[in-house]
Amino acid sequence: MGKTLFQKVWESHSVATLSNGQTQLLIDTHLIHEVTSPQAFGMLRDLGLKVAYPQRTFATVDHIVPTDQREEPFSDSLADAMIKELNRNAKEFGVTYFDLRSGKQGIVHVVGPEQGITQPGTTIACGDSHTATHGAFGAIAFGIGTTQVRDILATQTMALSPMKVRRINVDGELRPGVYSKDVILHIIRLLGAGGGKGYAYEYGGSIFDGFTMEERMTVCNMSIEGGARAGYVNPDEKTFEYLKGRPYSPKGEEWDKAVAAWRAVASDADAVYDDVVNIRAEDVPPTVTWGVSPDQAIAVNEQVPTVESGTNPEQRISIQEALEYMKLEGGAPIKGTKIDVAFVGSCTNGRLSDFREVARFLKGKKVAGHVKAIAVPGSQIVDVLARQEGIDQVFTEAGFEWRGAGCSMCLAMNPDKLVGDQLCASSSNRNFKGRQGSPTGRTILMSPLMVAAAAVTGEVADAREVFSLSA
Amino acid sequence: MALTKVTQIAGTAVHVPGTDIDTDRIIPARFMKCVTFDGLGEFAFYDVRKNPDGTDKPHPLNDERFTGANILLSGANFGCGSSREHAPQALYRFGFRAVIAESFAEIFFGNCTTLGIPCAVAAHNDIVALAKEVERNPKLEVTVDLLEGKVFFEDQEFSIIVPHTAREALTTGQWDPIAELLENKDAVDAKIRELAVVA
Repeated sequence: MGKTLFQKVWESHSVATLSNGQTQLLIDTHLIHEVTSPQAFGMLRDLGLKVAYPQRTFATVDHIVPTDQREEPFSDSLADAMIKELNRNAKEFGVTYFDLRSGKQGIVHVVGPEQGITQPGTTIACGDSHTATHGAFGAIAFGIGTTQVRDILATQTMALSPMKVRRINVDGELRPGVYSKDVILHIIRLLGAGGGKGYAYEYGGSIFDGFTMEERMTVCNMSIEGGARAGYVNPDEKTFEYLKGRPYSPKGEEWDKAVAAWRAVASDADAVYDDVVNIRAEDVPPTVTWGVSPDQAIAVNEQVPTVESGTNPEQRISIQEALEYMKLEGGAPIKGTKIDVAFVGSCTNGRLSDFREVARFLKGKKVAGHVKAIAVPGSQIVDVLARQEGIDQVFTEAGFEWRGAGCSMCLAMNPDKLVGDQLCASSSNRNFKGRQGSPTGRTILMSPLMVAAAAVTGEVADAREVFSLSA
Repeated sequence: MALTKVTQIAGTAVHVPGTDIDTDRIIPARFMKCVTFDGLGEFAFYDVRKNPDGTDKPHPLNDERFTGANILLSGANFGCGSSREHAPQALYRFGFRAVIAESFAEIFFGNCTTLGIPCAVAAHNDIVALAKEVERNPKLEVTVDLLEGKVFFEDQEFSIIVPHTAREALTTGQWDPIAELLENKDAVDAKIRELAVVA
């Protein structure tokens, strides 16, 4: 009987069975950032421990780093203190650190792949739930809490129970104007925000075969929004091509050996899955959220659900609560909902291809007068590459602000925040209450091109119509 | 490491209803600008408890009748979203020692267990029934018994599910795995050497 990639990686990385029955799992690569690591280093000091394998931990600053002010000290003294803490910890414990001066700083899930740190068949953990992004390379990657950050710093391992594997096939052809973001929003809509609990999602089928690495990253990134702690795509030629020549990728003979091992780690053709879901690509519409959970999503040309459409009392309460918070009317079209802010960026959609695709259509268009629009590259490298292609200019000429790299308005721990009940068309990953920095701020998740369409028209719009894409 | 054996949590309960209550709601991101977890308790559920001017909103955790409750009751997919350990840290510092919900998001569940906070899964109807009793009598003595796998109150009881590994870790006082992880250092070193050869 064949094995899945998950099973192979799990077996090869199991160190021991712990007394409670969990597995002590070796974590090949540990990524850290300024928000969830200071306490872990504090615990390490309290216990008098060192970092066991400092060369396996990589740090950067992303969550709270300002996107307009790029020199320390930062005007927010709390943010400044946290970044100073990371500076100190990286130095003291000998951890590689892509800081603001490195030219390589950025969102940790953009930096890892960019540097070739993210590799197939490895285990990757980070104190951030969007770590599944790295699964796009055939890694088993997942988010952890701060105590587990401590565990990995101290031992390069953590306690974990195995996951089941759900294979999600998307086959056929995506219609024009439908992107990888729509695919994952559609999957979450179908399977629910808690539907992936206990599972790693293995994404496959012709759509994933055809996707670029960046498109695969967008899907894997949001696995957690569907309740799956990890999500991955089996490595293939595209994976190897992406990684070849990157700073941390194997070189020379090592490269050939690595590729052979990576090929072998992919799921076997006769692998057995705990569950299989099949989706027709033609059924995936440009998707937008309407509520306060990522599974509260509809096609852009659908109506916002009514309270009565809920199938049970809990669901009706959830719909009502979401409609009230979002100030939307059940039964009304979502299209035409006025927006205040447009945000293109985040670990979901802050890579070069995202900005390139938007720029293709944004050229010559103007952001609506009442909309504040910001574009935040996922890393300093994305920023430089975009500038080389003149993409930043297309954005700024249209009326977007082009910022420095970071998480920015995805979770608004830096000065980029919604104000009051502003409504944001956002390429990020969470529409939770208050997520974008204001306790009453509202978020509608969508693909980057849909954000551009909303920015230009000043309301939720169908990018296919705004940019004359033939459907 | 000798830790308290978490076998039974007794006290009073409070019901915070809702499905998909995410960790941003449990602790909004702006309160994570800190280098220790110490002051997080007062910010638990801050934005659903407080108006922008800092005054209280109607919320079960602002209701004096439930002050001092150490058992939190909630709905499905509790703790979804961000992996922030700040969420269970805030709940712990607010005073909670156990959570009973219809289901839990995985990362949150693991974070709670590592802090010695049991997350017990119970049926919707059982949680609602207990919530009704608590509403009627906020000082109702509630006991979460991990060894029995049950919740007791007055002359009633219902079953809870705590996965074997978490129950074992909690009830034997090994919920923080660091000591055991450190003990296996030789095996870790060997594993790293073995994988280096394969790659």
